[in-house]
Amino acid sequence: MKRLMLLIIGLLAICGLLGYSSQQLERSSGSTGSRVLNLYNWGDYIDPKLLTKFQKETGYHVNVETFDSNEAMYTKINQGGTHYDLAIPSEYMVTKMKRAHLLKPLDKSRLTGLNNYDSRFMNESFDPNNRYSIPYFWGTLGIIYNDKTIKPGTVDHWNDLWSSKYRDQIMLIDSARDIMGMALITQHQSMNATNPTVLRNAENKLNALAPNVKAVVADEIKMYMSQDEAPLAVDWSGEAAEMLANNHHLHYVVPSEGSNLWIDNLVIPKTAQHENAIYAFLNFMSKPENTAQNAEYIGYATPNRKAKALLPKSVRADRQFYPDNTTLDHLQIYKDLSPAKVQLYNDRYLEFKMHH
Amino acid sequence: MMTLTKRKTWFYFIPYGLWLGLFVIAPLALIFYQSFFNLDHHFTFSNYANYFQSLTYLKMTLNSVWYALLITVFTGLISYPTAYFLHGLKHRQFWLLLVILPTWINILLKAYAFIGIFSQAGIANQFLSFIGIGPQQILFTNASFVFVATYIQIPFMILPIYNALDDLSPAFINASQDLGASGWQTFQRVIFPLTLPGVKAGVQAVFIPSLSLFMLTRLIGGNKVITLGTAIEEHFLTTMNWGMGSTIGVVLIVAMVIVMLLTGDQKPKGGTPR
Amino acid sequence: MSKRLSNAFLILVFIILYAPIVFLIVYSFSAGDTMTAFHGFTWQHYRDLFNDSRMLAIVANTLLVALLSALIATLVGTLGSLGINRTTSRVTKESLLALNNVLMVSPDVIIGASFLIFFTMLKIPLGFVSVLLSHIAFEIPIVVLMVLPRLREMSSSMLDAAQDLGATTRQLLSHVIIPFISPGIFAGFFMALTYSLDDFAVTFFVTGNGFSTMSVEIYSRARQGINLEINALSGVMFLFSLLLVAGYYWIEQASSRRKQRKRRMAS
Repeated sequence: MKRLMLLIIGLLAICGLLGYSSQQLERSSGSTGSRVLNLYNWGDYIDPKLLTKFQKETGYHVNVETFDSNEAMYTKINQGGTHYDLAIPSEYMVTKMKRAHLLKPLDKSRLTGLNNYDSRFMNESFDPNNRYSIPYFWGTLGIIYNDKTIKPGTVDHWNDLWSSKYRDQIMLIDSARDIMGMALITQHQSMNATNPTVLRNAENKLNALAPNVKAVVADEIKMYMSQDEAPLAVDWSGEAAEMLANNHHLHYVVPSEGSNLWIDNLVIPKTAQHENAIYAFLNFMSKPENTAQNAEYIGYATPNRKAKALLPKSVRADRQFYPDNTTLDHLQIYKDLSPAKVQLYNDRYLEFKMHH
Repeated sequence: MMTLTKRKTWFYFIPYGLWLGLFVIAPLALIFYQSFFNLDHHFTFSNYANYFQSLTYLKMTLNSVWYALLITVFTGLISYPTAYFLHGLKHRQFWLLLVILPTWINILLKAYAFIGIFSQAGIANQFLSFIGIGPQQILFTNASFVFVATYIQIPFMILPIYNALDDLSPAFINASQDLGASGWQTFQRVIFPLTLPGVKAGVQAVFIPSLSLFMLTRLIGGNKVITLGTAIEEHFLTTMNWGMGSTIGVVLIVAMVIVMLLTGDQKPKGGTPR
Repeated sequence: MSKRLSNAFLILVFIILYAPIVFLIVYSFSAGDTMTAFHGFTWQHYRDLFNDSRMLAIVANTLLVALLSALIATLVGTLGSLGINRTTSRVTKESLLALNNVLMVSPDVIIGASFLIFFTMLKIPLGFVSVLLSHIAFEIPIVVLMVLPRLREMSSSMLDAAQDLGATTRQLLSHVIIPFISPGIFAGFFMALTYSLDDFAVTFFVTGNGFSTMSVEIYSRARQGINLEINALSGVMFLFSLLLVAGYYWIEQASSRRKQRKRRMAS
């Protein structure tokens, strides 16, 4: 019994030590204090050097916390109990958050860089007049292929994936809207279709793809493709950019018949507490040189027109990530569908996944 | 006498009772309650109707049960001899700790390690090429999924079996041997039946969590195996259909109760009338 | 012969158990960025790790949550098992056990989601406290499962004898019951620690406001494919736990030897 007591006291002492050292360490990495900004971001979605630069220029320390899906972020912010100053949802999630009264409108009088942005990515239906959001990065959905086994030019369109040559060779991103959307495009339907028969047809089309599907995975696609685990994948352009950087045999195609255009946006959740830091950061991130630096680090396409002009020509003219106007015109933005309609997509998609 | 101590000691159980109320019964009630609401927050039985009428969910349930069964059987087949042999070792406590130690390394990291081992250019395939079979597709097969899931569960099965062996009085074994039973007979007639509670505890600790595995189904199985856990995760995190997710949760909880009843310790010796 | 066979089997099992861990540690010394091909030896990832004060703070947080929650869970769980063991009605006992096991077998996602709703209802801010409470909550059942069998073995005649000798409840607890069930308590503590260190999904739901544990941090960093700094971290953690286990075992051995010697002297 005495030994037990001693053990408990010992453990408590260790706990105290751990708590103290964790606090010291956190202080040395500067994440406490009042001059801070709490950014809720996707994993590895900002150049860390920019955060240091921002702190040097303005004195605000940025705490970055990460989420792995729009829905996880929504849940956290919706439940309260958190104090994020800025978050970066995708376009359909902006609508959803707006509708749930989770966002604070932007005070345009305090924004200095708004006219740096390309009008193509402004005033979209998901947020008319950009009352709540500023575009951060944009991109597409497309096909990644490995030129070790796939000849360039042989897989340019969605329908090419259905060829029996590619049995057990394709990796798909685990996302209902995107994979269903791909099938819808091959059937000349809108990516926002909600007619049950149309969706049923899309599922049947996907079921025909099943023998070619090697796996349906998430972020890991990047790692798998970089390691030559599969020759073909369907994934977003941002992920593709990272794969291409890791493996020079990989290429990215946006099928010209149509695909998805996604835009990630900076928004202010209603839980925000540091107004001054927020606007300092938004203006900082709108400056062309900072945006350009960030775009080069992340490898995604920037909606900031002036920043794009600062990028090296090889990046700017890369049709893989800045598609030409014809392809751009065929891209579709996802609308925020009602939960019941989203459920239709999810049900059909689940049945496809169970089809194996 | 007994009642007196009881009255005096009831406050010892307050923390546990509080925990039961706040962290078990309340969440349980919450899930049960939510399973009756659809996406528009209206009261409905449609989630249950959906579950039991849709072929997809029934197939998924059968799939999950089948894989959980496979994983449990393999885990048992490996864990029992391991626990048994381990128990015969000199520094057995130390070896037992070494069995638990791998569970302290994060499951995600172990999954990534297995991806490295099983990938096209990984060690497993290099070995297969070396012995002349040639590289095979190992990742994203059902076999690799079952293998990794079994790997994850082994320590959780070894521990209760080991404890049961530990509790076994050597007198029984000596008696059996004195009566002229062979080693195998002793094991079959004496040791195994007496350690059965440990096996049952192990099955409880492995089977239900196996029904609801989710990370591995995607990372190792490539979503070719969809378990109830995958579906729950999807409903809670991606599609935000908490009602349907809760419904599957209720089904899982019912499954748990069934498994517990099947493996629970009935006490036939006492002859309590039913 | 059969001894050799059983040893071979054990060696095989241990090889499989440790293969992925050895794999992780080997690559922590690789000069490359991925776990596909070994690129030559380097200490770089370890240097990165020890300069990464955020990561180190997270490690400290993780250990703090694990130790503290395991300690509290062991306390509450042990008291709970005493209570369950006391109940005479079989139905009550069985239903208590069933309730006890609910959290053991519920999918982490459900536990996490329901705790999240629960904490928001109670206005408990997400962060250290919410994570600690959740960990305590899902560790208690395993402690009960480890302690209860020991309690059942304790013969009631022993208790009766102690009571007849005039032992108070406190004395009974501290001199008879606790020493007898302490192996179960230790096992429970260790398993609680294991569950805490292993958990990802529940923590993922209930954390917030900058508080993070290792598994959550690993998950968000692993989006890039795994970062070898994390391999280095698992190398350090593994070495540390190995030392801990060896140390614990050594102390245990030494103290039991001392006890034996004492007993021999007394007789």
